[in-house]
Amino acid sequence: MTLLRIILIRLLTTAITLFGVAIIVFVVIRVVPGNPIAMMLPPGATDADIARLQAQYGFDKSIFQQFVIWLGNVTQGDFGTSISLRQPVSDLVLGRLPATLELSIIALTIAVIIGGTMALLGTRFRDTKGEAAVDVSAGMALSIPDFLWGLVLILLFGVFWPIFHISGRVSPSINIDFTTNFFLFEALMRLRFDVIADLIGHMFMPALALAIPLAAIIAQLLKQSLKETMHLDYVTLARTKGYGENHVIAREALPNAILPTLTLVGVQFTFLIGGTVIIERLFSYEGLGNMAIDAVINRDLPLIQGIVILFALLFTIVNLVVDMLYVVLNPKLRHA
Amino acid sequence: MNGYLSIRNLTVRLKGGGTILRDVSLNVAAGQVHGLMGESGAGKSMIGKAVLGTLPRALDITSGQIWLDGVDLQTLPPAERRNRIGALAALIPQDPLTALNPSRRIGPQITRRLVDILGWKRQDAAKRALELLNEVHIPDAPRVMRSYPHELSGGMRQRILIASAFAAEPKLIIADEPTTALDVTVQKQILHLISEMQARHDTALLFVTHDLGVMSKVCDTLSVLYAGKVVEEANMPRFFMRPIHPYSAALLAATPTYTDPTSSLTPVPQTVVDQVEREVMEHDLRTAS
Repeated sequence: MTLLRIILIRLLTTAITLFGVAIIVFVVIRVVPGNPIAMMLPPGATDADIARLQAQYGFDKSIFQQFVIWLGNVTQGDFGTSISLRQPVSDLVLGRLPATLELSIIALTIAVIIGGTMALLGTRFRDTKGEAAVDVSAGMALSIPDFLWGLVLILLFGVFWPIFHISGRVSPSINIDFTTNFFLFEALMRLRFDVIADLIGHMFMPALALAIPLAAIIAQLLKQSLKETMHLDYVTLARTKGYGENHVIAREALPNAILPTLTLVGVQFTFLIGGTVIIERLFSYEGLGNMAIDAVINRDLPLIQGIVILFALLFTIVNLVVDMLYVVLNPKLRHA
Repeated sequence: MNGYLSIRNLTVRLKGGGTILRDVSLNVAAGQVHGLMGESGAGKSMIGKAVLGTLPRALDITSGQIWLDGVDLQTLPPAERRNRIGALAALIPQDPLTALNPSRRIGPQITRRLVDILGWKRQDAAKRALELLNEVHIPDAPRVMRSYPHELSGGMRQRILIASAFAAEPKLIIADEPTTALDVTVQKQILHLISEMQARHDTALLFVTHDLGVMSKVCDTLSVLYAGKVVEEANMPRFFMRPIHPYSAALLAATPTYTDPTSSLTPVPQTVVDQVEREVMEHDLRTAS
């Protein structure tokens, strides 16, 4: 299968997935009790006021009618207007997306570096206390969820040894006018190292909290996969050629052992993006997840829909990227 | 007694357990082919692994020496031993389907050791690889160099592994049942090729097999192994005419003949098995006390 065909098929399934997600979200948030309009109006509002406003937002129609209207607008790029923030949903959501993307990518990078290093060390010192240490620390890291790691980190690096910022995305004292919402990327491009330091100072703890469980999973799976690969004939053959242990692990075993890990990292990365919802809240980080919680609290139906659809889109994109990487890294799939 | 490879009283044990090789001694003279014959599980492959330093981690060399080109490998520090083995010896593995790295092209798999370990220039190594592929009769060598292992047949891959083994002009090749995993029709060609390459490059060859027929075609001398113990060491003509050990004789008798379709298979008689088992046990008692 060529790469082009894979992408085409994937686009089709993505569209179907998003449609399914849209239906579920649309119906569920309308079926559960709670009236967003009643929450907008002051306590003294009359029934007539409520009815007028409901008609204005289209909530007086049936769920099916609402869905058709909403879908029609969505196909033209209009995701509606947020009830609580009174701004177009697409502006709000796309404005917050870069913050979450940057946080997720930093977290993924940290997870890959920590997890990969642990896996390599565990393999290098396999069947010794070194490997046992890797196993134990991975087990510990995995048995504590990301938001608890967040609290632990806040205690460590925010209270006892306050070297990182515990809340927000950027310090108000930082003097820079961003033209995009990709603050970190833009700061990197403009070589504003003071801004980079400030952004990293804010991002480090939430990213680490998200990264630790994923790092543990990577460490365990990659180490297992490496250890199995180390028994294979081509690895033994490389040893007879005079290559040492480090070279054999890094150059012979790793490129092959990484494949099963890659699939799992893809799946886990989507969980990590899901984890941003709570972590962003914990660190008052102005991203999509934080906005999602506000939207749910305010029963801001159009905003919830927009955010969920965007998350769903992100997940499918991540899976697509993983599948393509898999094809690139595995020569057996490349020409087939 | 001083071969290019000379193994003396080699004993290999499972960590905290049984004995895999019992006091094994054998010699492979420079430019000669020495066969290592034995049933499955007799420890044939373990001798090769012990020489090349690729014994499984659960196994330990508990005593004995392995002399390669006049140096006892056991006395060298690990890195030096590895380098020495890499420069002087090479392995032709058993299963060509698993012995090539699936994520790397063929070319680099042949040339990398030349560049990395022996310090060749990249172009020289590539030229050498092409020569070698021609030597092992691979058509369209430049295309093969760019292929991945999964694109090639088992026979082709074994040819590549043979070419690769001879790349650094080693003085000793260890062939670990190099035809077992192949098609019968391909086996013969590969066998022929190994003999041809061995003669042309004048290398010593330790040929591990359980197939006496194969052995009779390629070997000058042989050792018969049973339960990790050498029961007979002989040169080929003498072995086929007058095997000394009853086990050897029984093995020879058990080799099927294809000329007479009515002949049935002759198993190794139980009395002979009992005798070798007894010898192994006596050996263990002797070394234990």
